[in-house]
Amino acid sequence: MAKINLNNIKKSFGKNTVIQDLSVDINDGELIVIVGPSGCGKSTLLRMIAGLEEVNSGDIIINNKNVNNLEPMERNIAMVFQNYALYPHMTVFENMSYGLKIQKTPKDEINSRVKEAAEILELSELLERKPNQLSGGQRQRVAMGRAIVRKPDVFLFDEPLSNLDAKLRVQMRLEIKKLQRKLNVTSLYVTHDQVEAMTLADKMIVMNEGNVEHIGTPLDVYQQPKSLFTAQFIGSPAMNILKGTADGNEIKIGDFKIKSENSYSGEVNFGIRPEHLSIDDNGPIKATVEFIELIGSNTLIHCRIKNSNEVIVVSIPGIIQENLSRKEIKLNFDQSKIHLFNTKDNSRIN
Amino acid sequence: MEKKVFFRGWFLPILLILPQLIISIIFFFYPAGQAISNSLYLPDPFGLSSEFVGLENFIFLFNDSYYLSSFVTTIFFSTSVSVLSMGLGLYFALLADRIFKGAGVYKTLLIWPYAVAPAVAGVLWMFLFSSRIGLVSWYLGLLGYDWNHALNSNEAMGLVVLASTWGRISYNFLFFLAGLQAIPKSIIEAAAIDGASFWKRFRTIVFPLLSPITFFLLVVNIVYAFFETFGVIHTITSGGPEQATTTLVYKVYSDGFVGQDLGSSAAQSVILLVVVGLLTVIQFKYIERKVHY
Repeated sequence: MAKINLNNIKKSFGKNTVIQDLSVDINDGELIVIVGPSGCGKSTLLRMIAGLEEVNSGDIIINNKNVNNLEPMERNIAMVFQNYALYPHMTVFENMSYGLKIQKTPKDEINSRVKEAAEILELSELLERKPNQLSGGQRQRVAMGRAIVRKPDVFLFDEPLSNLDAKLRVQMRLEIKKLQRKLNVTSLYVTHDQVEAMTLADKMIVMNEGNVEHIGTPLDVYQQPKSLFTAQFIGSPAMNILKGTADGNEIKIGDFKIKSENSYSGEVNFGIRPEHLSIDDNGPIKATVEFIELIGSNTLIHCRIKNSNEVIVVSIPGIIQENLSRKEIKLNFDQSKIHLFNTKDNSRIN
Repeated sequence: MEKKVFFRGWFLPILLILPQLIISIIFFFYPAGQAISNSLYLPDPFGLSSEFVGLENFIFLFNDSYYLSSFVTTIFFSTSVSVLSMGLGLYFALLADRIFKGAGVYKTLLIWPYAVAPAVAGVLWMFLFSSRIGLVSWYLGLLGYDWNHALNSNEAMGLVVLASTWGRISYNFLFFLAGLQAIPKSIIEAAAIDGASFWKRFRTIVFPLLSPITFFLLVVNIVYAFFETFGVIHTITSGGPEQATTTLVYKVYSDGFVGQDLGSSAAQSVILLVVVGLLTVIQFKYIERKVHY
């Protein structure tokens, strides 16, 4: 049980700045997902909270206590690594009990705690096995078990599912969520997979190049992205971004004019998610279909906007049998679903 | 799994293994056969004739107190050299694994002694410790210690152990460093988060993970101390004083080529052959079992 405050964290390796100036408050029992592309500083942030990397400036506060200068073991955290980092020469039981043994926990308690964790994670049958006799998913569970038995204040997950195959990943994702709810331990979860982030998070931190782009609930991040980066990073297929010029309540994109509820003047990036576009003969955007992707649950239509080089993707529910290829279509959208970003600092306008 | 290649006919496969076969026959099977047959004969002092004596050479050896004490000397010598050079190699590797700045220079300097031939290393140490002109023995003299390894058998043993160890640290250092770097960093970090101190991590995680390498090095170092330290011993002590530094291999040489007792020398070679055979069998059995986690 812990809350975490990160105040003005800065970190650089030599001349290379990894985290520029980061402040976040995390409430007790929350599952926070830090998401961003490779090299955005998310793993470094996690490792600083774990105490595996030093902070250059700023404070890491766990339960109102500044832990900047504490060793990893003194912070009462547990971490699950991407490659699981199981001790290869120890059995599952020894792996899980290693930390407790070091803390000189009485034998009976070690046994009962490991047994309890093993039952939760369905590892009871495997306690005498060595890591190399386990499957990927089982190793993943042992790594979680090792974290659970210590009853830490904070769980840190560093891309724990990225070494698993797609099916297992979905299943483990659910299990992690359930487990976190059950134990109600404050958790930080780093991933580059936006689906993982959306499904797991109570709160998401979207990071890019050492900066926080957006902190908020998954829905908030999806529906009201604060920056162009967040808008493009979250959502699959990605949001369509078209360059345009705003003049009062009108936005000009290529040859077309679109009404907007916001009054703004100047260059804008106009964003609309593929699923919010529809084919409509009264629509304002004319486009030529380039090719069609059938996904099953829906159909993605890639079009090129008329008299422009910009490509726009439309997602239509279901399967479209009609051969649209090379045909000209008109596209419409719901006014309330548009996203406008200014072109100076890419922040949200509407 | 390797793919097995099938040949039609015998000509090509024989041709392919012929070079290796010829080398083995000339440099191993023929001399080994000679040693075995010589060990059963007693040549006369002038080498003009020899008499078949069966196992008498062996019986004589195992009743010879010098030969038996040479066994003890060899075991003491090779154990000391192995333990010291592996301990120091591991220590330096641990240090090298932790530093970042100047790691290249540090590693290069540590690897240098490996490039020095044993005989040259022996001469170097002999000069350093020479009782008349040695730098180290002069300083020891200033401290009131009268060093003379030509007279004191403990000092002689100490010096050959030192010189042999020195040349061997580099080799062990390299293997241990490679072993340390093969351990994933995250395992060490996981142990740190679990609360293990540096020494606890070393004892419970790092050293067990190094165990295959440690065993391999132990075997290789013992073989080295047995057979490849001839140059060092010959240049520093010539096996003396009073055979205090005469190892089994050195005795093969001194009995055979200095003492001209070729029968006994051959018998000793055969015994050594058996010892090496045993060591190799142990090594291969162990490595086959232990190399995979």
